[in-house]
Amino acid sequence: MRKISLTIIGIYFTILNAFSQSASKDTSGFRSRKLRLNEVNIVSSYYDQTADKSSVTGGNPGPIGNGDVTDLSNGLEIKMIGWDGKGRENFLTGSLGIDYHTAASQAYVDSNGHAKSDGTRIYPTLDWAIENEAKGTQFGIGAYYSAEHNYYHSIGLNSSFSKKTHRDGEFTFKLTGYFDNIKMIRPSELIPVSTLKEPTGAVTDSIIYITTASGRTEALSYNTGQLVSKGQRVEIPSNSRDSYTASFEYSQVINSRMQGAILIDLAYQTGYLGLPFHRVYFADSSRAMIENLPASRFKLPIGFRLNYFLGDNIIIRTYYRFYFDSWGLKSNTASIEVPLKITPFISVSPFYRFYEQSAVKYFAPYGVHTAADKYYTSNYALSAFTANYLGLDFRMAPPKGIFKKYFNSFEIRYGHYMETTDLVSNVISLNLKFKP
Amino acid sequence: MLGGLLLLLVFLSFFPSCQPVKEYQKSRINDSEMTLSNRKVEKEELNFQSYREGSSGANGGKTGGGCGCN
Repeated sequence: MRKISLTIIGIYFTILNAFSQSASKDTSGFRSRKLRLNEVNIVSSYYDQTADKSSVTGGNPGPIGNGDVTDLSNGLEIKMIGWDGKGRENFLTGSLGIDYHTAASQAYVDSNGHAKSDGTRIYPTLDWAIENEAKGTQFGIGAYYSAEHNYYHSIGLNSSFSKKTHRDGEFTFKLTGYFDNIKMIRPSELIPVSTLKEPTGAVTDSIIYITTASGRTEALSYNTGQLVSKGQRVEIPSNSRDSYTASFEYSQVINSRMQGAILIDLAYQTGYLGLPFHRVYFADSSRAMIENLPASRFKLPIGFRLNYFLGDNIIIRTYYRFYFDSWGLKSNTASIEVPLKITPFISVSPFYRFYEQSAVKYFAPYGVHTAADKYYTSNYALSAFTANYLGLDFRMAPPKGIFKKYFNSFEIRYGHYMETTDLVSNVISLNLKFKP
Repeated sequence: MLGGLLLLLVFLSFFPSCQPVKEYQKSRINDSEMTLSNRKVEKEELNFQSYREGSSGANGGKTGGGCGCN
């Protein structure tokens, strides 16, 4: 973790030096055809959660159901801009995200609590968009890749098209696909018996599979709770999960102080939609099962945004979303944020978000499901609950920069989240923007 | 569902009252705080909300997939 923090600090000072050479101002109206640096964003976040009834332990309400999580997320985004021979603006955006997390429940993938309880995820993205100002259109394509310890990989592709109307409206259509491979890391006591053997032929009482960030998989073998060997390379079977989304957005300037947007996603997922290390305990058995969920899920969220500039210094940002899916979950989300402009370039924004959802048809708490249930889960993310999220955002964006001309803006945001499932979390995020 | 449809109607009722806005009148609309998209600093919030809650989407974030989550 220290290496990641030092790396981010190093990137920050490198960027400051990269912008240290002053460029002469372009007054000729000439537009460079070569892509040139337009913007750099560094986003770092720290997330800390306390929870119980973890899904790895089947929603166990006792101490073993500890669901505490920390996550340190770092992202670097670089945006380049240029013009082609037809005068169209081209945008090339590349980003790299690195997340490091710890999860107390992860240790109980092994029934003795010996499994790896942390992990790293790396996810680069690349997006290209071309805008025709004369026609008011923009077309874009993008690719995404993610690798983390319990996935071989996830590949994402997207394509988008937007068009402006003559009355200050804009319509956007986007298609996105994620093609995931889930490594079938089962709870230790549920690994098929035939695999409970060392390559030497010795039988052990449990084998834990761990995968490093580089993708190497090792088996740790335990006998009566003691580690007896490690480093055996194994191939763990995987299952696929495909997610397709068609997104529609229409935004409209309503008057000189108000604008709004409507957002609709049609999403469909197919494949292995559970997680192989989520346990479920039936009412009539002490033996755990692996959660079993349907192989398809259709989702329909509909969202609305409405922003209003009140007076000279206050902005009201509102959002509402209604959601339902084929698993029976319905939810309502409503949020409000009120940026207060202390000066034209410094703002403080308190915000509040309310969320409530019903449970999916297949959820039941620990020890309630029976063998008669075809599908079953005790993952409390799919249970009925309400949540409140509130916090404060501070932003500075003076026209002449902060300290250095190229340090364009600084933003820090803190939020406190509380669910009626007893999950409580805090998140603090930082965004540094640099422009040449 | 009925509440959502009602809100949709209330929201759409603003649209007929749309007034053409000249470029010199757009100083407030073009303010960075008036943007209709999520701030970059909200990325982690969108992520943890999609992991801890059963619903997602219609907010500029993912609707599912691309991660080690349901």
